[in-house]
Amino acid sequence: MESIQGILEFVDQIFVNMSFWLSSQLANFLPEWGVTLVMMFATVLVLIFFGLGSIIWINVFERKVIGRFQDRYGPNRFGPWGLLQCVADMVKLLTKEDITPTQADRLVYNLAVIVPIVPTFLILAVLPFGRGMVAADLSIGFLYIVAVGSLGTIGIFMASWSSRNKYAMLSGLRTVAQMISYEIPMVLSVVGVLLLVGSLSMVSIVEAQSQWRLPFVVLQPLAFVLYFTAAIAEVNRSPFDLPEGESEIVAGYHIEYGGIKFAMFLLAEYINAFSICGIATTVFLGGWQGPILPSWAWFFIKAYFLYVVLIWLRGTLPRLRVDQLMNFAWKTLVPLALANLMITALVAKLVPHNSLVGAMAFLAANVVMIVGIALVKYPRWKREKREVVLVPRTATPQAKS
Amino acid sequence: MTELKTETVTINMGPQHPSTHGVFRLILTVDGETVVDVEPVVGYLHRNHEKIGEKNNWIQNTPFTDRLDYISPMSNEFAYVLAVEKLAEIEPPERAKYIRIIMVELNRIVNHMVAIGFLMNELGCFFTPMFYCLRWREMVVDMWEMTAGSRMMPNYFWIGGVAADLPPAFLPQCREFVDALPGFIDELERLITDNEIMQMRCKDVGVLPPDVAIAYGCTGPLLRASGVPYDIRRAEPYSIYDRFDFDIAVGTVGDVYDRYLVRIAEMRQSVRILEQALRDLPEGETSTPKKKKFVAPVGDVYHRIEAPKGELGFYLVSDGETSPYRYKIRAPSFVNLQALPYMCRGGKIADVVVVIGSIDLTMGEVDR
Repeated sequence: MESIQGILEFVDQIFVNMSFWLSSQLANFLPEWGVTLVMMFATVLVLIFFGLGSIIWINVFERKVIGRFQDRYGPNRFGPWGLLQCVADMVKLLTKEDITPTQADRLVYNLAVIVPIVPTFLILAVLPFGRGMVAADLSIGFLYIVAVGSLGTIGIFMASWSSRNKYAMLSGLRTVAQMISYEIPMVLSVVGVLLLVGSLSMVSIVEAQSQWRLPFVVLQPLAFVLYFTAAIAEVNRSPFDLPEGESEIVAGYHIEYGGIKFAMFLLAEYINAFSICGIATTVFLGGWQGPILPSWAWFFIKAYFLYVVLIWLRGTLPRLRVDQLMNFAWKTLVPLALANLMITALVAKLVPHNSLVGAMAFLAANVVMIVGIALVKYPRWKREKREVVLVPRTATPQAKS
Repeated sequence: MTELKTETVTINMGPQHPSTHGVFRLILTVDGETVVDVEPVVGYLHRNHEKIGEKNNWIQNTPFTDRLDYISPMSNEFAYVLAVEKLAEIEPPERAKYIRIIMVELNRIVNHMVAIGFLMNELGCFFTPMFYCLRWREMVVDMWEMTAGSRMMPNYFWIGGVAADLPPAFLPQCREFVDALPGFIDELERLITDNEIMQMRCKDVGVLPPDVAIAYGCTGPLLRASGVPYDIRRAEPYSIYDRFDFDIAVGTVGDVYDRYLVRIAEMRQSVRILEQALRDLPEGETSTPKKKKFVAPVGDVYHRIEAPKGELGFYLVSDGETSPYRYKIRAPSFVNLQALPYMCRGGKIADVVVVIGSIDLTMGEVDR
């Protein structure tokens, strides 16, 4: 029994131990500051390679899953089960001619490629991938994520404005409006959780969930839904993919980008989509905690589960229109997030923390709130069901010949 | 507070835009996201169809009509063949008439499937409903291949009948299809009709009042969605449509959502017609004796049918030669397209593509 636990512990901590081993080896011939410096760079490299490497298979995974939703196979030609499809695509994009439109603002146009990709990697730094597996456990963790995440807007805006393309310009205006609006409900919905935790650090959020012995999705189901909805809009994924709006404004902000520049935008988008799943996992689904399997495995299982939900939504839902999108943010999500915050603050004062009773009180408060809103604001019986009028046409009797 | 002055921007949409159904160009004048004016530009797919039709002989024109609305080749052939038969006063055998109805109604289902699939594409629901619909189109196309030898350009209708009798496997397969289709339409409706976002995007978008629709000469699902129960199968029954029971689906508001509902309802009605036609299908000849050379008598004729997209008419003039003197087509897509600017003004850019999708254009027919 103990040996099994030992093995589990070993597997669980394998990456942490590897980093300890590396730093102890380095300590033999480097001064202390040198070790710190090298370890910092090593961590950054690991994160970047993880980010880039995960794209290779997230891309194929997404196309496979969406293929299944759409009754087809998805990529299955290159590599075993088509797993190398993304490599083939990347090679194709890399070998393409690098084009800068003559009318474009050259400096901004080329700089805009890098700007959205930097914050996506920065977010990975504070995500706890497993027990002890966090690159930087900042005390302002979530605030940092919000601050860094909003930088991506600037990159997209730079790209759209400097391209000097009317479709790109429309997309840029949509992007700024959308991303700024959806940041507010996204942050507000997490504030409820932060109230319960009392800290902004991502690691403390995970630990608080172990103290409650329940993931926060049970305590804050409404906040979870609000966060996930707003986050989808924040990373421009369907059904909020207006900045790209393939059927309307063709490709939006990256319409003038080709080859590897286009690939960079794609890269940023995929990592962003993965990081919102990671953040949701950490904040609401208990992060890396789970029985038997190693902690990092649990993190990825949960994050990829959420990613499948993202793909599912992409395969099912049509896109909103720009005015409906803004209405949805300001008239639905923000009031709901504020209401959730108030209820959470109230209940948090009344019930004992870190207990099942408290958790049930939160759940009950949420259920009451959701049902109340559903009954008052969106009653099902009020929804009109439109049907066509059928004008009958009967056959004229035939003379039997 | 004074009104903020904004400049309008002209945007060129197409002819290579992904959701203009081929090479169709729009010049949009927008104020922010709001559409001020739309100017459709057609002609990028002009192939001189009507002039070539005058050079072809009467029989050659039948496969040539397949190239008009390539989603619904059977309907095109049907209209042309009926026009020639009216001119030459040929009466096809009973079995051929029924086979024609079966083919044309299958065609209507295919067309509406594709229309709904593309409409959802344009709404941003990329390819999921589209592929579900195409799967059923595929079954019909397989049946066409079995019967006519070609999937998209069947050349099955002949002047005075059909090219060949149905193969033995056709009827069981067609019955199976007709039995299974209502189930799929229910499934499709569960996926799309009650979808909150779909309703938000489609209700009260591109409203076309009945009087305007009539003024523009719109026909087909577009006109019926506006509340006018005008269907040539009912108003002026041609071929043997007077022998079938079916309902004409009519919308109440005339927006994109109504057009979608009308198309769904029409597919269900097509299933009804198919059931009756398969039940009553008589035995016998499928064609009048075929001639290598066909000469229509001197005169002119206009014949119209209710094609899936609207009124499809052929105006033919014969001067007693082997080819028509004049070969003029009244294409439903082209006429319905005229109402596009009216429907788009005041909407958003995203509405424009949805309205185009709801009209159900095929550029092969618009430009000819």
